[in-house]
Amino acid sequence: MLELVLFFVFGTIAVGAAINLLAQRHPINSALSLIVVMASLAALFLLMGAEFLAAIQVIVYAGAIMVLFVFVIMLLNAGEEERTPGSRVAMLLGFPAVVLLAGLVAWTLFARNPHPVPVDLAGRFLGSPAAIAQLLFRDFLLPFEITSILILIAIMGAVVLASPVGTTTGSGSPEQAPARREE
Amino acid sequence: MLSITTFVIVTVIKIVIALVVLLTAVAYSTWLERKVVGHIQNRWGPQRVGPFGLLQPLADGAKFIFKEDLTPPYVYKPLYLAAPILSLVLALTSISLVPIGNWVTVGGVHTPLEITDVNIGLLIILGITSLSVYGVALAGWSSNSKYSLLGSLRASAQMVSYEIALGLSLVGVLIMSGSLNLREIVDAQGGHMAFWIPRWNIFRWPTQIVAFFVYLTAAFAETNRVPFDLPEAETELVAGYHTEYSSMKFAMFFMAEYANMITVASIATLLFLGGWHGPVFGPGWLQAILPVFWFVLKVFCFIFLYIWIRGTLPRFRYDQLMGFGWKVLFPIAVANVLATSLIVALQK
Repeated sequence: MLELVLFFVFGTIAVGAAINLLAQRHPINSALSLIVVMASLAALFLLMGAEFLAAIQVIVYAGAIMVLFVFVIMLLNAGEEERTPGSRVAMLLGFPAVVLLAGLVAWTLFARNPHPVPVDLAGRFLGSPAAIAQLLFRDFLLPFEITSILILIAIMGAVVLASPVGTTTGSGSPEQAPARREE
Repeated sequence: MLSITTFVIVTVIKIVIALVVLLTAVAYSTWLERKVVGHIQNRWGPQRVGPFGLLQPLADGAKFIFKEDLTPPYVYKPLYLAAPILSLVLALTSISLVPIGNWVTVGGVHTPLEITDVNIGLLIILGITSLSVYGVALAGWSSNSKYSLLGSLRASAQMVSYEIALGLSLVGVLIMSGSLNLREIVDAQGGHMAFWIPRWNIFRWPTQIVAFFVYLTAAFAETNRVPFDLPEAETELVAGYHTEYSSMKFAMFFMAEYANMITVASIATLLFLGGWHGPVFGPGWLQAILPVFWFVLKVFCFIFLYIWIRGTLPRFRYDQLMGFGWKVLFPIAVANVLATSLIVALQK
């Protein structure tokens, strides 16, 4: 019972913050709404018993990636965005498209699976750090390692793109350090 | 298992006690800081209000409340007001996961000496501290002042950078104890090794001494304390991110800083210094109190060290700070993770 109440509370917060993200004109408000979305998603993970995932969600997304977003917005001092005629078109087409897409997904899910198994909110999910470690480092070791190499390539690409023309190693001023790490 | 009513009552009581104790500790850390720094600089420190100036924190609190609460024009109000609240709330929340002693039985209720015992307590504390950068960042940005903005940009870059070294320095301990539960980590450190050396993590392998000092350095940077207090360097930035704050809003940042100090000191105590373990003797009531006493004593030593260093060391230059974090602390922390995993793997 309590789980259901909490689910709806955090679900509503997540959806509300996501809508607020789109409605706000100032980038920093949008970024902060995104942080609220991340935090309520973490709470939903926690409700399902995926405690490790919830903590990682907060540490990685809210605590690291979004800090970079906010940092860049602050650094560039981005102003309010303007409403252009294009945004009205996007609104007119976008909202029906979202409803259509959501309806399609829901219809497909229910059509393929007429008697859905209710999600176990009270959490018998295999979400302990040990269980996730077993999956990552034993059962799916190869895909995991390949992903990390992909990320490494992305970091190197970002460094190459960010370094000034003519220098490949780029000693780099200290101010660039945090940006580099976040990739 | 406790019934739900007892659980709620016990938890509320524990929250109230934890808040009162923490806020008192915060208030008296400021007194201790002024007193110790005063003596280091050949002054007396506070001594007029009460014996040894002991009532000074109360006077400070009253002063903060009665000061004019300015809100400068051109600030971005919602965030300007939210930032100090966010800072303080996050700082106070993280202490709820810190266990200060064993289980106790009071009036038939068996309960742990912390607000809640979470399986991944350490991760949640790290998560909360990783969010605390927003309080600083938003305060500087919303104040609409160049000093505040520069201070908060420095602070965010610094906190994000040193968070990595901080997190990595704890990995060695986690590998050794194989758990993220703070209580289990402490329980694994009971007893002693040869020559009556306590079985604390810091003494078990030499790598952990290195890890401890990496953690200590990173923790100073995380809490923006001397010698890493660049975000509020008064010689260049007036007061950094809280330049435009006054009255209770400034006091909230102030309290958050000291509460954060206590939290990182508690984590160091739990992970490296054996938590509440220490000699326990005497009659029953003494045996119940002594573990808490050892814990508080260890945390107190850390706070004293903080103040001592503040009274001794000069401030880093900003590029030195970033260089040190990325080129010295980070590699050492990674090397420690590798060495510790190697030792654990060889021992099995």
